[in-house]
Amino acid sequence: MSAEHGPLVRLLRVGRDFDVSRPWLNRVLEGAPRQLLRAVEDVSFEVAKGETLALVGESGCGKSTVARLIVGLYALSRGRVEFDGMDLAAPGTDAPALRRRMQMIFQDPYASLNPRWRVRDIVAEPIRVLGLAATAEAERERVTGLLRQVGLAPEDGEKYPHEFSGGQRQRISIARALSGNPEFLVCDEPTSALDVSVQAQILNLMTDLQERLGLTYLFISHNLAVVSHIADRVGVMYLGRVVELAEAERLFAAPRHPYTRMLMDAIPDLQMTGKARTPVAGEVPNPLAPPSGCAFHPRCPHANDRCRAERPALLGPATGAVACHAVEEKRI
Amino acid sequence: MSAPLLEVRDLRVEFPTRRGTLVAVDGVSFAIAPGEVLGVVGESGAGKSLTGMAIIGLLEPPGRIAAGEIRLEGERIDGLPPERMRRIRGRHIGAIFQDPLTSLNPLYTVGDQLVETILTHLDVDKAQARSRALKLLAEVGIPAPEGRIDHYPHQFSGGMRQRVVIALALAAEPRLIIADEPTTALDVSIQAQIIALLKRLARDHGVAVMLITHDMGVIAETADRVAVMYAGRLAELGPVREVIHEPRHPYTAGLMGSIPRIGALQRHARLVQIDGAMPRLNAIPPGCAFNPRCPKRFARCTAERPELLTVGNARASCWLYAAERR
Repeated sequence: MSAEHGPLVRLLRVGRDFDVSRPWLNRVLEGAPRQLLRAVEDVSFEVAKGETLALVGESGCGKSTVARLIVGLYALSRGRVEFDGMDLAAPGTDAPALRRRMQMIFQDPYASLNPRWRVRDIVAEPIRVLGLAATAEAERERVTGLLRQVGLAPEDGEKYPHEFSGGQRQRISIARALSGNPEFLVCDEPTSALDVSVQAQILNLMTDLQERLGLTYLFISHNLAVVSHIADRVGVMYLGRVVELAEAERLFAAPRHPYTRMLMDAIPDLQMTGKARTPVAGEVPNPLAPPSGCAFHPRCPHANDRCRAERPALLGPATGAVACHAVEEKRI
Repeated sequence: MSAPLLEVRDLRVEFPTRRGTLVAVDGVSFAIAPGEVLGVVGESGAGKSLTGMAIIGLLEPPGRIAAGEIRLEGERIDGLPPERMRRIRGRHIGAIFQDPLTSLNPLYTVGDQLVETILTHLDVDKAQARSRALKLLAEVGIPAPEGRIDHYPHQFSGGMRQRVVIALALAAEPRLIIADEPTTALDVSIQAQIIALLKRLARDHGVAVMLITHDMGVIAETADRVAVMYAGRLAELGPVREVIHEPRHPYTAGLMGSIPRIGALQRHARLVQIDGAMPRLNAIPPGCAFNPRCPKRFARCTAERPELLTVGNARASCWLYAAERR
């Protein structure tokens, strides 16, 4: 059964802990306690078909963990991930069949391609594994088509990854991701390792592919400008939680959460309007000892006693939700 | 503009290899005045970091300065014996690199490292050195330096570590600071703090700063002038405002257009795209290095290498600005 009009991907109160305790012997001898790092906590959102949802945040905010939870590279600690209306972890679900419909593109095009394989084989691997081509001839044709689609020449298939620049390697990663005919692509910082002019090429390519193939993207990035360019909706994460989730235009025109505002203010001003940038004091707190209440309160100029004591919930519709007491109380 | 503190003229850095000599920096000239921040921007492999390394005398063999000269306060510093260069490097030139963790010795406290640097280069006793170290840590914005000075580098966060590295670079009161991607490893909110700090230090101490980065946004906020490098050569050099708002070289124009900006474009609109990639060092085309990718190419571009031509207050190495176009 597939939900025709429902969201393609749905996360319900998803959480993931990592055990970062000292080794067992140390715990026994020194009495050190077990320590759990809550990398992702209570994250819920939906991604509609054909939409691009971006997750942004600083290092350690949990955005890449969310990406890995969705494609199944990590197991969930709490919550539920649904794809096309079906719970990926439910006993009756054919999870592998669902997972075939999603693919992932990684940040580092130097680490994500096997250096000993020819590009043709790298791109053909998903086709072989999933049995998508009946004959060697059909496979060859399909790989050639994929290479063309991402802006590479068919002859490039005979080369090895080291013969390509970073941007071209990322094209190869995209061709590989597309070779299994996915509907949903999870892109984890796909352009952060690239130079800006190459980044522009890859972002343009991703936009074209989305239009042509009707793909749905989850786009993970720390770069707000890139996100503003590619996303339909944006989720801002801080210390494992989504603090604001809104349509891109709305978020960038009028950010509501103080952390989103801070991130926007921290972007270097390329227009050189001379507007004074207020560098925010402080850093992301240690996730092993997160602050009480709202995790952002130690850095927040609007924090009051309620913020220090009570954790705000993400309130509002999917087109503009924010987790902030100050916004809820209309103080800001 | 006052007399330049650093002057680089026709710098050429070569790497001899078995398959011929690679020219990584080719005919680069620029100057930096005291208190000025010169941004050097370009994509990976453009030669910007090697230019910085050549200036501080840390080119890795077999890389070598093949031609040109580098003058610090009028005195030539290229080709000095390693021992003399080492003294100059510590005393007159401070360096800040991208990764603060590899710039600090993990086995010594930050205080030890600061005190050692100060004692090596300045004529002070140990107590004075320590109080200077405390002052430096406070100046770079480390809260409660008395409590942090005896900590080891791993006890600091990334942003705080980069502050320690900046304090180290400042320890001997250098006249020139070479900062190579100082904010690249940091999160945006921390980046803004470090940029503000660098800018303030240049202004307050009259230090000349060479800021090497691939991030035009950082340059826009920090630099007074900017040098754009492409394939080891200077493409454009001028006041930062002009280069950003009115780029003269087609490469600079393409580079500026390819940067995504919030609110500048319709969502999903295509970014300006420079097709192709920067040539490899063993395959730099004749004439202008950018010509195969250039939308405005004409005959002369493929035949003759352009020199830096004056356009307004800036200079661009592009034949578009030659008086007579052949």
